[in-house]
Amino acid sequence: MKRRLWKFPGGIRLPGFKAMSLSLPLAHAELPPRLVLPLRQHIGAPAEPVVEVGQTVRKGELIAQAREYISAPVHASSSGRVVGIGDYAVPHPSGLTAPCIEIETDGEDRWTDGADTARDPDALSVDELRSRIRAAGIVGLGGAVFPSAVKLTPVPERPIDTLVLNGVECEPYITCDDVLMRTRAADVVRGARVLQRLVGAGRCVVGIEANKPEAAAALRQAVTDAKSDAVEVAVVPTVFPAGGEKQLIRVVTGREVPRHGLPAQVGVVCLNVATAVAVLDAVVHNRPLIERIVTVTGPGVRCPRNLIAPIGTPVAALIAQAGGYAVETPRLIMGGPMMGIELAGDGLPVTKASNCVLVEAAPVQAPRPALPCIRCGSCAAACPVRLLPQQLYWYAQSAQFDKAQDYAVFDCIECGCCAHVCPSNIPLVSYFRFAKTELAAAERDRHKAERSRQRHEERQQRLEREQAARAQRRKRPARTAAPAGES
Amino acid sequence: MIAVLALAGLSLVLGALLGFAAIRFRVESNPVADKIDQILPQTQCGQCGFAGCRPYAEAIAVDEADINRCPPGGAAGVAALAELLGREAKPLDPENGTERPPSYAVIDEPACIGCTKCIQACPVDAIVGAAKQVHTVLVDECTGCDLCRPPCPVDCIDLVPIAVTVQTWKWPRPEPAWAPLERSA
Repeated sequence: MKRRLWKFPGGIRLPGFKAMSLSLPLAHAELPPRLVLPLRQHIGAPAEPVVEVGQTVRKGELIAQAREYISAPVHASSSGRVVGIGDYAVPHPSGLTAPCIEIETDGEDRWTDGADTARDPDALSVDELRSRIRAAGIVGLGGAVFPSAVKLTPVPERPIDTLVLNGVECEPYITCDDVLMRTRAADVVRGARVLQRLVGAGRCVVGIEANKPEAAAALRQAVTDAKSDAVEVAVVPTVFPAGGEKQLIRVVTGREVPRHGLPAQVGVVCLNVATAVAVLDAVVHNRPLIERIVTVTGPGVRCPRNLIAPIGTPVAALIAQAGGYAVETPRLIMGGPMMGIELAGDGLPVTKASNCVLVEAAPVQAPRPALPCIRCGSCAAACPVRLLPQQLYWYAQSAQFDKAQDYAVFDCIECGCCAHVCPSNIPLVSYFRFAKTELAAAERDRHKAERSRQRHEERQQRLEREQAARAQRRKRPARTAAPAGES
Repeated sequence: MIAVLALAGLSLVLGALLGFAAIRFRVESNPVADKIDQILPQTQCGQCGFAGCRPYAEAIAVDEADINRCPPGGAAGVAALAELLGREAKPLDPENGTERPPSYAVIDEPACIGCTKCIQACPVDAIVGAAKQVHTVLVDECTGCDLCRPPCPVDCIDLVPIAVTVQTWKWPRPEPAWAPLERSA
């Protein structure tokens, strides 16, 4: 039976470059001598360290806990000794440092107690499942790194009927989800069943891009083996960015998530296939999220491949295991060529969000300079969110950020389709990011000013009250003294 | 004659109505001052010569003070005020101070003698402490107004610029797309 598929607006077709990292089998990365684990590898509040410098930790041990609801804990990816808690360089476009925990590994890779006690997920209650997922520090592994336990706690007023698993992997070069679906197809299906139970979704659709027939076949086989008719495999056309959450939901269910809205509003929860497997590992084996598959690929590395890397492994160690650099002046991108971020150095650690390390040769000549916008409208046709990039560009470059906001700059998913099709080679996404962070900063300033105003007014009122009280005190003794003098 | 009477009657009735509306729907504060106050950064530093942002806003509203007297608001603040009031933007008046990066106060706690002078000076109650107890600054509430520094008898307060973190970092403006051709004639 062929299932019906829908289309999302815009999008572009890109060359895949996927085969290059699929020739070598999936392997475990070697344990590096040092691991650097950022305390904020997720959306939400940073985790707070619960270890001290000098303390020995075992693999899977909690080293930083989540205090807020939207947050995720961090666990030691291997056994060893904590040698530092402080600011380290992290993979971020700013190149700034952020709080991290550094562990010197002892090479024994000893698990903490209580790990690997296999449990049947069906024997656990929904609340137990959720608390295990929360305690395991699981976040969305597709790149958005939203804490999964939050997503998997549906509210009664928004019932969920469909679970969408995202195995699209639409960015060129990246194959980590492809490899995962090929090697652990049965676990993807089992994970899907656990997730379905958690959100109460009657059906589950796994979206896979048409350029991954092996993964689709493996999953179909796993679904047949599991004798589960609630999980369907949907092969979606290879159009970037079909792997965007709202885009995939549109393609496989025909429903449109409202702007500023959540998928839950249309009865859908969407998670990455790797997240489903991480959830299964957490609930069945009580294993926290301490490793992930990373694609090390690109023309700048000798033997592109997929590696299961402990979180915190320096990028350089992965590149060394992929044969080392093949070019003199490499350029590193974490993520894909469309939406990834450029890395300042190869000493930066792999985080829960790192799906790919793309090694390219640095451009020999300066990139083609940007030319004036000719208002051709190609960008608007390519935009999967139906925005007007040329208009947004105009407002962003002239610093009219409130206008950019009126034209919905915050709905931009920064997929890069507009910049890719622009005949004038204008870095449109850079302009939108610039406008977004300027607007966010202005909002923060407004918020702070509002607080200061309130505190100042309250202080003024308090001072007036105190002064009035003092004046009263000064008056009262005089009044009580006068009758006393008369009597 | 009837026309004159009718018009006179009409103006009396409408005048009474307007007079009633002016009393019944009176706006307590000056709406222009409110809008100006929204633009001012609420640092409450008094560098403008007024006792806080609100008095300065009211002075601007009645044209008793110029719009370029707020160093924390900086050039952007002056531009926003100029836009609101339909005036020309002008550079900051150097007499009121210069634009500085946003900062917060830090107390060198071992040196603090617990005199509470800074607590009394703080316009937003962002310093906690008691007599002969070490004082400390609530970093999130501090506006960096610098009013706590002069009263400190042991000079143990410093203003530190707020560091940019991964969360507050801003993408830079991309290089301008192109520059118009320079022509000699």
